[in-house]
Amino acid sequence: MQTDLDARGFDWYMDRAVAVGVFVGGISAIVFIIGIFLFVTREGLSFVIGPMDLKEFFGSIAWRPTSIRNPTYGILALMAGTASVTGLAMLVAVPFSLGAAIYIAEFATGRTREALKVLVELLAAIPSVVWGFIGLSIMNPLIIDLFDVPIGLTVLNAGVILGLMAAPIMTTIAEDALKAVPDSYREAAEAMGATRWQVVFQVVLPAAKNGLMAAILLGVGRGFGETMAVLMASGHSINIPTSPFDSVRALTATIAAELGDTAVGSDHYGVLFTLGIFLFLVTFVINLTADLVVRGVREQ
Amino acid sequence: MNRFLTILTVPVVLLACGGRDGTQRTVIQNKGSDTLVNVAQAWAEAYGAIDPSLAVAVSGGGSGTGISSMINGTVDIANSSRAMRPEEIEAARAQGQDPIEFIVGYDALAIFLHHDNPLSELRVAQLASIYGERGELTRWAQLGVTVPGCESGEIILVSRQNNSGTYAYFQEAVLGEDEFKLGTRDMHGSKDVVDLVENTPCAIGYSGLAYANEHVNMPCVQFEDGPCVTPSVETAIDRTYPIARPLFMYTSGQPVGGIRTYMDWILSNEGQCIIFDMGYAPVRNLTCA
Repeated sequence: MQTDLDARGFDWYMDRAVAVGVFVGGISAIVFIIGIFLFVTREGLSFVIGPMDLKEFFGSIAWRPTSIRNPTYGILALMAGTASVTGLAMLVAVPFSLGAAIYIAEFATGRTREALKVLVELLAAIPSVVWGFIGLSIMNPLIIDLFDVPIGLTVLNAGVILGLMAAPIMTTIAEDALKAVPDSYREAAEAMGATRWQVVFQVVLPAAKNGLMAAILLGVGRGFGETMAVLMASGHSINIPTSPFDSVRALTATIAAELGDTAVGSDHYGVLFTLGIFLFLVTFVINLTADLVVRGVREQ
Repeated sequence: MNRFLTILTVPVVLLACGGRDGTQRTVIQNKGSDTLVNVAQAWAEAYGAIDPSLAVAVSGGGSGTGISSMINGTVDIANSSRAMRPEEIEAARAQGQDPIEFIVGYDALAIFLHHDNPLSELRVAQLASIYGERGELTRWAQLGVTVPGCESGEIILVSRQNNSGTYAYFQEAVLGEDEFKLGTRDMHGSKDVVDLVENTPCAIGYSGLAYANEHVNMPCVQFEDGPCVTPSVETAIDRTYPIARPLFMYTSGQPVGGIRTYMDWILSNEGQCIIFDMGYAPVRNLTCA
C-alpha cells in the first residue's frame, strides 16, 4: 500500500494556509514599519518641501506655529527639552537598573529572585498616564517644598518620572545580558581566588558590556518616545533649560498637544508630522545601534 | 453561519434606532472650546429632557479642535471662544463646508493670581508687558508688590496651548501686534490654568471667569484711562470689563432640522438662562429664575 504524497487534499491546503499565515505574520512588522514611515513622510512632506527653513527649524527656539502674523517653526527648544529630560532620566535609570540587574542576576537566589523579576516586570506595566499623574500631583508639590522653587513641573520632575519608567525594561534586558555570560567565566575567576565583588566587576560586567550598552540605549529610546508622562510633568514650556528646575517642552508632547487641533493639510499639521519624521529617525538610529551592539556580543 | 450573522446584526439594528419606542434618534456632534464645554454639556443635558429624540454628544479639546473638526467636516456644531479666521473659513469652504456663525454668549477673561498675591489692580498695558515678548515686566517687584511664598520674585507665566481660543483672544485683545513670551507654561485646559495658579505663589494666569474659584485672586482690569473693573457676569454683559469676548458656535450651512431647533433653543430665554447660571453673560438682558 502506498500513499499518494502529491495528492492535494485537505492536509495539503491546511499546510499551505498555515505556511502563508506564518509568513505574513513574520513580515508584518516590516510592512507596518514601512507603511507608517511612508504615511508620516507623506503627511510631513508638504512642509519639508514647502515653508521649511532648515536654519530656523533646527536653530531657532521660536515655536509659534499658530501665530497669525508670522508663524515660526523652531524646534531647538523642543530638542533641548527632550534631550535634557532623557539625559536626566538616564542619570536616574542607569544606576537603578544596572544595580537591580546585577542583584537579580548575580546575588539574589530562589524566591527573592523570582519575586523581584515579577515585580520589575509589573513596574513596566504601569500606564504612562499614571506616571504623569504622579508627576503632576505628588512630585510637583514635593519638589516645590524640598527645593524651594516656584514651580515643580520641571526637567527634574519629568526626568525622575521617565527614569523610573525606563528602569524596568533596562533592568530586564541588562539581567538577560548578565545571564548570558557563561558560568565558566565565573567559575574560572572564583578558582583564581577572586572575591564575589571582583567576579562581578572585573569578569561579568566587562563580558556583558555590549548587552548592558544595548539596555541603556533602549532606555534612551524609551525616554525619547515617551509622551504622556513628559507632557504632564515637564511644565510644557518652550525654554532652553539651564538647570534641572526649569520647565521644558518635549518634541513628543508638542505633537500630542497640538496634532488633534490642526486642520488636515495646513502648515502646522505638516510641521507636526515633520517632527514625527525626525523622532522616527532618531529612535530608529538608537534602536539600530542597540541592535548592532547586541549583535556584536553574539559574534564574539 | 446564519446564527453568527444574526448575532452580528442585532447590535447594529439596536444602534441604528436607539430610541425607546424605536423611532430614529438624531445625534448631534458638538465639539470644541474648552471655555464653552461645561455650558455645552449643560445645554445638551437640559435639551435631552425636552426632546429625547435628539442626543447631543459634547466634547472639548479647545477652539482649534472645534474649528479644525468643522473644516474637516466631522462635527455638526463647533464651539469656539474666538471667531474663525478668514483663511479658516476659506479652508472649510474648500472642503465643502459653509460655516455659519452664532454668538451664544459672552465671557469675561479673568486674570488669576495666587491667593497670597496682594496685587489687586492691573492695567491692560501691564498685562501686555508681562506676557508680551517685547514687554519688560518679569518680576513682581516691578509691579510694586512682594508675593509671600514667592522667594525668587519671578513672575511665572501660565498660558494656554497655542490653538486654544482663549490664547488667541488674549493675544489679540491684550498683546495686539506682539507675540507671547517664550517660556510660558502652556496648560491644556482652563481648569488646569486655575489649578496651577492656585498652587504656585509666583504665578499669573488667564481663563474664562466661569473657572474661577475661591482659592485664587482676580484683580480688576483697567484699560487706558477707564475705571478698574472687576470681572463678573454683569460687567461682561454691560461691556465695561475690558477683556470680555463673545463665544461662538458654528454650524455647517444654515442649520436645518434637529440642529436648527437646538440652536434656536440655545438662543431662547431658556437656553440663555443656562449659560447665565454657568457664570457667563447671555447675549441679551433677561431675567432668569
